[in-house]
Amino acid sequence: MIEWFTWLQLAIAVPAGLLCVVLGLLGRKPTDLTMGATALVELMLIVQLAAAIAAPLAGNNATGSLLEFYTYLVSAILLPVVAGFWALVERSRWSTVILGVTCLSVAVMLYRMTQIWNVQGS
Amino acid sequence: MPSKNECRAMTDSQTREPAPSTRVSGIGRLLIAVYGVLALAATGRSFVQIVRAFDEAPLAYSLSALSAVVYIVATVALIKRSAAWYRIAWITISFEMIGVLVVGTLSLVDPGLFQHATVWSIYGSGYLLIPLVLPLLGMWWLARHPVSSAVSHA
Repeated sequence: MIEWFTWLQLAIAVPAGLLCVVLGLLGRKPTDLTMGATALVELMLIVQLAAAIAAPLAGNNATGSLLEFYTYLVSAILLPVVAGFWALVERSRWSTVILGVTCLSVAVMLYRMTQIWNVQGS
Repeated sequence: MPSKNECRAMTDSQTREPAPSTRVSGIGRLLIAVYGVLALAATGRSFVQIVRAFDEAPLAYSLSALSAVVYIVATVALIKRSAAWYRIAWITISFEMIGVLVVGTLSLVDPGLFQHATVWSIYGSGYLLIPLVLPLLGMWWLARHPVSSAVSHA
C-alpha cells in the first residue's frame, strides 16, 4: 500500500461516511452527493486493488498475510456496490444512512489493511 | 389476513405507502445492513484464520467459523419475514448474545483459551463492540416487530 494514497482514501471515506449518516438521519434520500461520495470511495478502492497488485513489482511488499489483506480488500470493494444498488432500489433516508455505514466500514477495513501491510501480524 | 394493528406496526416507520407485511421498516433495514457487514467481516476473518493456521487454535477458529455462519443466518432471518424465519432470527441473535457474553468473559478470565482473536473476544472489542451491541438492538427490534403465524409468507 502507498501511504499517502491510503491517507487520501481515509480522508474521503470517513467524511463521506459521516456525511451520509448525518444526511440520512436528517431524512434525505440518496442524492448525487451521497451516491457520488460512495462511488468515489469505491473508485479509490479499485485503484487500491491495482496498486496492491503492482506494489511488489516496485519492491513494496506486505509484511503480514496477503490472504488476509486481499480478503479485506475484496470485502471492502463489494460493500459500496451492494449499498449502491440498495440505495438505487430503495430511495429512503435509511439507504442514505446505509451508504454512510458502508463508507465507514470501508474506512475501518482500510485501516486494518494498512496494519497488515505495514505492521507485521494479523 | 394481517390485522390492522400488525399492518400499522409494519408501516408506521416507512417512508412510502404501505407495503406487503413481509417488507421491513426503515431501521430494520439498517439493522440488516449492519448485520450483513458483520457477517461479511466475520466470514472473511474466519476464512483467513482457518486457511492459514487452523492447527494453532482449532477451538477459537471453529468458533469464529460458527459465529460467521450464525451471523449470515441471522442476516437472512431478518430479511425474510415469516413465522419460521422470525423464530430463527430469535434463536441466532440470542445465540450471538450468549456467545459474545460467554466468550468475552472467558477471554478475560482465561486468555489462554482464546489467545487468538475471535469476533467475540473481549466482548467484540476488535469490532468496536458491535458484536455486543448489535444483538441487543436485534432483540429489541424483533420484539417490536413480531411476525405471527397469521402473516406467514409462503
